[in-house]
Amino acid sequence: MPYISNTEKQQQEMLDAIGVKSVEDLFKPVPKDFAPASFRIPKGKSEIEVRQHLHALASKNATGLTCFLGGGFYDHFIPSAVDALVSRSEFYTAYTPYQPEISQGVLQAIYEYQTAICRLTGMDISNASIYDGGTALYEAAMMAARITKRKKIIVCEGVSLIYRTMLRSYTKNLYLNFVEVPVSPNGTADREKIFREIDKDTAAVILQNPNFFGCIDDFSDIAQKAHSAGALAVCSVYPISLGLLKPPSEMGMDIVTGEGQSLGLPLSFGGPYFGFLATTKQHVRQMPGRVVGRTHDKEGRQGFVFTLQTREQHIRREKATSNICTNSTLNTIAATIYLSLIGKNGLKEVAALCANKAGYACQKLTRIKNVKKKFAAPFFNEFVVELPIDANNAVSALIDKGFAPGLPLGRFYKGMDNCMLVAVTEKRTKEEIGHLKEALEGVLKDE
Amino acid sequence: MVPKDLKYTEKHEWVKVAGNTATVGITDYAQHALGDITFVQLPEAGKAVKQGGELGVVESVKAASDIYSPISGTVKEANTALEAAPETINKDPYNGGWICKLEGVNASELSSLLSPEKYDELISKV
Amino acid sequence: MKLIFEKGVKGRRGVKLPECDVPVKFDIPRNFHRANDAELPEVSELEVVRHYTELSRRNFGVDNNFYPLGSCTMKYNPKIDEEVCRYKGFTELHPLLPQLRHGGMLTQGALEVIYNTERLLSEITGMAEFTMQPLAGAHGELTGTMIIAAYHRDKGNKKTKIVVPDSSHGTNPASAAICGYSIVSVPSNSEGMIDYDAFVKAIDSETAAVMLTCPNTLGLFEPEIKKLAQKVHEVDGLMYCDGANMNAILGKVRPGDIGFDLMHINLHKTFATPHGGGGPGAGPVGVVEKLRKFLPISLVVKRNDGTYALDYDRPSSIGFIAPFYGNFGIILRAYCYILMLGKEGLARVSENAVLNANYIKEKLKKYYQVAHDPIACMHECVFSSVKQNKNGVHTLDIAKRLIDYGFHPPTIYFPLIVKEAIMIEPTETESKETLDAFIETMIKISQESESEPETVKSAPKTTPVSRLDEVAAAKDMDLRF
Repeated sequence: MPYISNTEKQQQEMLDAIGVKSVEDLFKPVPKDFAPASFRIPKGKSEIEVRQHLHALASKNATGLTCFLGGGFYDHFIPSAVDALVSRSEFYTAYTPYQPEISQGVLQAIYEYQTAICRLTGMDISNASIYDGGTALYEAAMMAARITKRKKIIVCEGVSLIYRTMLRSYTKNLYLNFVEVPVSPNGTADREKIFREIDKDTAAVILQNPNFFGCIDDFSDIAQKAHSAGALAVCSVYPISLGLLKPPSEMGMDIVTGEGQSLGLPLSFGGPYFGFLATTKQHVRQMPGRVVGRTHDKEGRQGFVFTLQTREQHIRREKATSNICTNSTLNTIAATIYLSLIGKNGLKEVAALCANKAGYACQKLTRIKNVKKKFAAPFFNEFVVELPIDANNAVSALIDKGFAPGLPLGRFYKGMDNCMLVAVTEKRTKEEIGHLKEALEGVLKDE
Repeated sequence: MVPKDLKYTEKHEWVKVAGNTATVGITDYAQHALGDITFVQLPEAGKAVKQGGELGVVESVKAASDIYSPISGTVKEANTALEAAPETINKDPYNGGWICKLEGVNASELSSLLSPEKYDELISKV
Repeated sequence: MKLIFEKGVKGRRGVKLPECDVPVKFDIPRNFHRANDAELPEVSELEVVRHYTELSRRNFGVDNNFYPLGSCTMKYNPKIDEEVCRYKGFTELHPLLPQLRHGGMLTQGALEVIYNTERLLSEITGMAEFTMQPLAGAHGELTGTMIIAAYHRDKGNKKTKIVVPDSSHGTNPASAAICGYSIVSVPSNSEGMIDYDAFVKAIDSETAAVMLTCPNTLGLFEPEIKKLAQKVHEVDGLMYCDGANMNAILGKVRPGDIGFDLMHINLHKTFATPHGGGGPGAGPVGVVEKLRKFLPISLVVKRNDGTYALDYDRPSSIGFIAPFYGNFGIILRAYCYILMLGKEGLARVSENAVLNANYIKEKLKKYYQVAHDPIACMHECVFSSVKQNKNGVHTLDIAKRLIDYGFHPPTIYFPLIVKEAIMIEPTETESKETLDAFIETMIKISQESESEPETVKSAPKTTPVSRLDEVAAAKDMDLRF
């Protein structure tokens, strides 16, 4: 039997030691009438067969497409050393580090991760991670409601539609009141409408930078307005963009979250990724999830431990700040390794490459007749183009030509049937962008 | 160590009433059971509390314990010195480690609390 | 050991990036720019590799040695799973692809993996259908509680409470509270089982659900589940099963057959996906027929022509709980594992997990007090160190001393209802030789607690750091460099 070490002889020796005849005797506490009604599971396979089967399944997926698809999840470069290091099984076969003396590796890596997130976002404190960017934003909303003891959450529609639908689902059973505010015609947060919504019952204003359409903003004025009403400002950010863009701390954000996939993790059909959550010193005790602190042993040697655990479910049970237990540690280690390899100057360069190439792609695509840039606001590495035809049709035609050209927005936003969200990372070349332009031109001509 | 001039709750708070004000804290037994205290969440001045209502939280590394008010009243003052030095509760639970002072209290509520002898009996049983 | 931020020199680079090949410089106004660079490390690739290799050496995984962490099922993580999840056909797949017209056909292999795993889990547990989306066990519990709320809302029931035993995992009451329920905690009886009469008393018309771990957190099987389920169903409450301990009952009991209405499974426990030093995991949630319509959006369905698609048309659904289709890389590993083991293998898993736990219980019960001594425990056994306490040696000390002997300690001080608890879960993958070595060591530590208690109390001595000052950590809050 695979993965079971004991031979039948050893099993018999153990049964003898216990003083029972058979393994069935050990299942005596289970009443007879609890036996499975059925158990139709195929016979076990060999490693060769499983490998063949999964190879066949993997090859049914298209991987040759040139990727201009983003929407919060990007095809970035991952240095080889990232996977080589997180494949160290001392990391990946460990449990949550409950015993610090034999878990300094993971604990120090988490402390380094917390440091990297703080330096990237400019915030004071980061937790040890949430599952993904969406659940991190949900935790931020809950945190804001706890801190302010208020119920109204204002969400700018520039926030990922995926995250907004998640927020709506999670709060269906709660007293929280969600108000979604459309973006202004230039693609950025609509100040007038947001300011009108901010009131004495507002717990938080939730924003995203760059927003779902790729547009860049400086939310300082919104944060200020929120604060003057006693509300918090929350922002979801794209970490790669922070190589170039103003950190959310400088805009006065109280809680900052984001999706970590772009920091060295493969797309892997949606996960596993990780979400980050950072905040100010003032709010640390309302923060969800684990956090690592630096301390020392009796001999004065530096060491790391989980700390402020009285916020957590294993101590506080129903009064905990969150129910989170398992998070995404291995992926945060991958991100820390990625950020170390890319480094201070590299991150700036990656961000600049993304922005330059996106700028070029936008220029190229909008030179096609009847293809227009949808929003006037400046963008980072993603932008919306308006086509003369339904974007779904253009996309399916371009898929046949070997591109994942972007995300059609009609399904998600009213009146945007002809719009397509195009993302460009440092991996795309001038040549590929040129080919996309030619292919799109061809598709539009055929229509 | 159960001072004779205080009244006690079964949840290990103590109270001392003088006129219409009361001083509240947690007992030596409670601080010992918690271990090294690392954080105290104090009530805000002006907060009205009923007997048995939540006043705050005392935390150690591995435990958090709610503080329940032994008596009804309005918080007059919290011991803000505990914010920087929560260990005072470990060292001096009945004096320097007081949690808060309440005003507008009704001494008649004291009759439902434990006498020092009864409290001593309670903790020696555990 | 230094932090990565303390290494390197100014201007040093780890990886080389391509030169910019486009003739355009981005057009972003100055006021949106960062004034100061993010102070990330400036280190070489070699420095990074040495640093994290050194950190890995200061860590302990299942691949190092025995890891009997109760309730966590630290079994061996097969290497084929690690290979398969790195196939390019999976890693390079953008999650938004199937949302593009014609895009679904480009991800048929991935959708098939999710579909097949879902079918297998449903059959293993006796549930009608699973959502593969929940990203961890507690996330599964939250999803489950949302389904419970949706069910009662749909039926117009006024329900306010969720009942849990006092031996439950902390995530159970925390998950229920987040969904707005109040928690009723029922004390266990002296045998470590649910107190049936107390439970029945706690159940009334406002009971939304009862959450139980099966087998329970003491590693014991609750024979009264069916009876209890009947009582809960009489008030139209639901029975939730925390499947964290599923490793004990594969092929022996299916929660769906014995009265449970919904459950989560921790793929990173029962189905051998690595725990990653604290995640990522996956916590799929299965439900019986009457709850299917509430499952999250989307579900993978098989069309009549044999192709796979995502079903978004689910008006009664609780909605979106994860960005996409779950932690796909984890689901993939669990799928391989189930295929490898097959029907026979799954049953052998539980038989050997239970055999190994009972062997340890039998061999150690002379030395350590067994928390509760039924006919047989299931996949884990709980001891108490009360016998050792008389010399001032506590459970924590015993755990730390095990480290000196090269073992990962068991779970300690859980469940909360056992004084000085030591919770040992050996799992099926360990050999008798390993168990014997562990047993001998535990006996030796028990003897040491008599003969040289100070040695035990000052353990560990063999690690890069000894016991750390957690009080200082909590007070100083040094959470970043």
